[in-house]
Amino acid sequence: MTGSAAAALQVEGLWKSFGPLDVLQGIDLEVAEHEVIALIGASGSGKSTLLRCINLLETIDEGRIFIEGEEITAKGVNVDRIRRRVGIVFQSFNLFPHMRVIDNVTLGPRKVLKRPASDAEADAMRLLERFGLAEKAGQLPDRLSGGQQQRVAIVRALAMQPDLLLLDEVTSALDPELVAEVLNVIRELAAGGMTMLIATHEMGFARDIANRVCFLDAGRILEQGPPAQIFAEPREARTRQFLTRIIEAGRL
Amino acid sequence: MTAQGGPDATSRGGPASLPGSRAQRRRDERTSALRSTLVAFLSTFVVFGVLVYIVVNSPGWPAVQASFFAPDIFWSSLPGIVAAFLVNIQLFLISEVLILALALVLAVARSSTAPVLFPVRLMATVYVDIFRALPGVLVIYILGFGIPGLNLPGVPTDPFLYAIVALTLIYSAYVSEVYRAGIASIHPSQTAAARSLGLSQPQALRYVVLPQAIRRVVPPLLNDFIGLQKDTVLVSYIGVVEIFRQSQIVEAGTFNFTPYLATALVFLVVTIPLARFTDWLVARQARRGGGASGAASQVASALGRSRGGQAAP
Ligand SMILES: Nc1ncnc2c1ncn2[C@@H]1O[C@H](COP(=O)(O)OP(=O)(O)O)[C@@H](O)[C@H]1O
Ligand SMILES: [Mg+2]
Repeated sequence: MTGSAAAALQVEGLWKSFGPLDVLQGIDLEVAEHEVIALIGASGSGKSTLLRCINLLETIDEGRIFIEGEEITAKGVNVDRIRRRVGIVFQSFNLFPHMRVIDNVTLGPRKVLKRPASDAEADAMRLLERFGLAEKAGQLPDRLSGGQQQRVAIVRALAMQPDLLLLDEVTSALDPELVAEVLNVIRELAAGGMTMLIATHEMGFARDIANRVCFLDAGRILEQGPPAQIFAEPREARTRQFLTRIIEAGRL
Repeated sequence: MTAQGGPDATSRGGPASLPGSRAQRRRDERTSALRSTLVAFLSTFVVFGVLVYIVVNSPGWPAVQASFFAPDIFWSSLPGIVAAFLVNIQLFLISEVLILALALVLAVARSSTAPVLFPVRLMATVYVDIFRALPGVLVIYILGFGIPGLNLPGVPTDPFLYAIVALTLIYSAYVSEVYRAGIASIHPSQTAAARSLGLSQPQALRYVVLPQAIRRVVPPLLNDFIGLQKDTVLVSYIGVVEIFRQSQIVEAGTFNFTPYLATALVFLVVTIPLARFTDWLVARQARRGGGASGAASQVASALGRSRGGQAAP
């Protein structure tokens, strides 16, 4: 892929192994600004690893990653500065259990962006309000439902005003009746133009929201295209197999 | 019964008989609880009665009674002993503060992962190994007699100072292991979440990992406080006049062991409430949801591994 300078994210020939296991085997991926990419694929195909590499939570073995043209995998790059620009939301929320919701949200702005506490809190309250969480601001995370916790985790990532948001199966740990509230938040973000890379098993949601769907298989992007094409007429046999299994599981 | 099937039979028992049987069961439970209490009370009474009888009727009892249970010596020595205990409390409080700080530094050093910090990790590991391996009394002797014995100009000779230093060195090795178990019990996803927000590794440690880790290790830390409180008597060997030394002084003047009994009582009065409080904290932590109790048992098992030989005699 030849990089257009303004790509929000560009991944080139990314390899990653854990010991003898080659988890990512040459990933090439380009995401334009405001684009929403759905990353689908079987469990263990490397979705989480790819997202963690993009956020530099894993060291990579080979390849390069660019954020808005700047190589973040170059030697001597300040990883903390990169992470400010890339938000990630995890399957298991990973809220800080010893901090109130509002402190979870303002920790990054206060300690990393060095914003005065009052400003950070005012902004955090605006975000919490926008996602219907204002009255939870003073509570500890374990007093919240799973859906509320995940929405707080999204707000926490948004408070850093990232250029790119990575979402790793953010509804997989939720009771079915709580999935919709989280998906609606993501829909709203997409409508607002947030650039997102979303690993998900919610195929209906992926079809609705994504500009492009990437099918990850054994550490490679086997096939990618607009949702209509991937879901209706997948070219690759492995993609068809995967989608058939998903349909049998009643998730499409 | 088997032919009719269990569930049917009970439902046919009907609403009329159910409340009656439930009340009956509750009455039975109450009677059996009362019976258990009575049995426990009686058996305790019998056991202690027999023990007291054996001791009091032993041939040596009058001599032991005279040398360990002399009321006049007890009352006359008590004020001095309680006053000397204030020295133990000082030793305890000052060294505890130093221990908590030094141990945290050691634990953080040992928990670091950056390759460049390897020398720091190594030094901390060697330190902890050495001071957990040495009997506490030896450390106290070597410091308390050895360093002043060098007669170097400007080196202080106050045994109280060396007592503080020795207790701090010994206990910070243990306490650092407690902290370290706490740090290890915090799931790496917490650090990942903090780092993903752009926090540096030290910031993640300070704002996310340590606050949770320290909360989890409060009960085992209190256990170490109890040990330290008792071990303050060890520094009597290098001439600090604390409670044990004070009772030795009285004993030397009266040829009577009652002061030791008074000292023992002082420790019981102070330590038992602290131990009870610790037990209560542990129980409370275990009662709190799965995550917390899982964490507590993780801390406990990590600690079990590190407890080769406690310094306390
Ligand atoms: N830290 C790790 N150490 C070793 N193996 C790992 C690690 N993280 C992931 N893996 C392995 O990498 C493969 C891909 O995992 P992952 O990226 O989580 O897949 P997905 O998110 O698509 O389910 C799996 O086989 C997993 O066991
Ligand atoms: Mg995953």
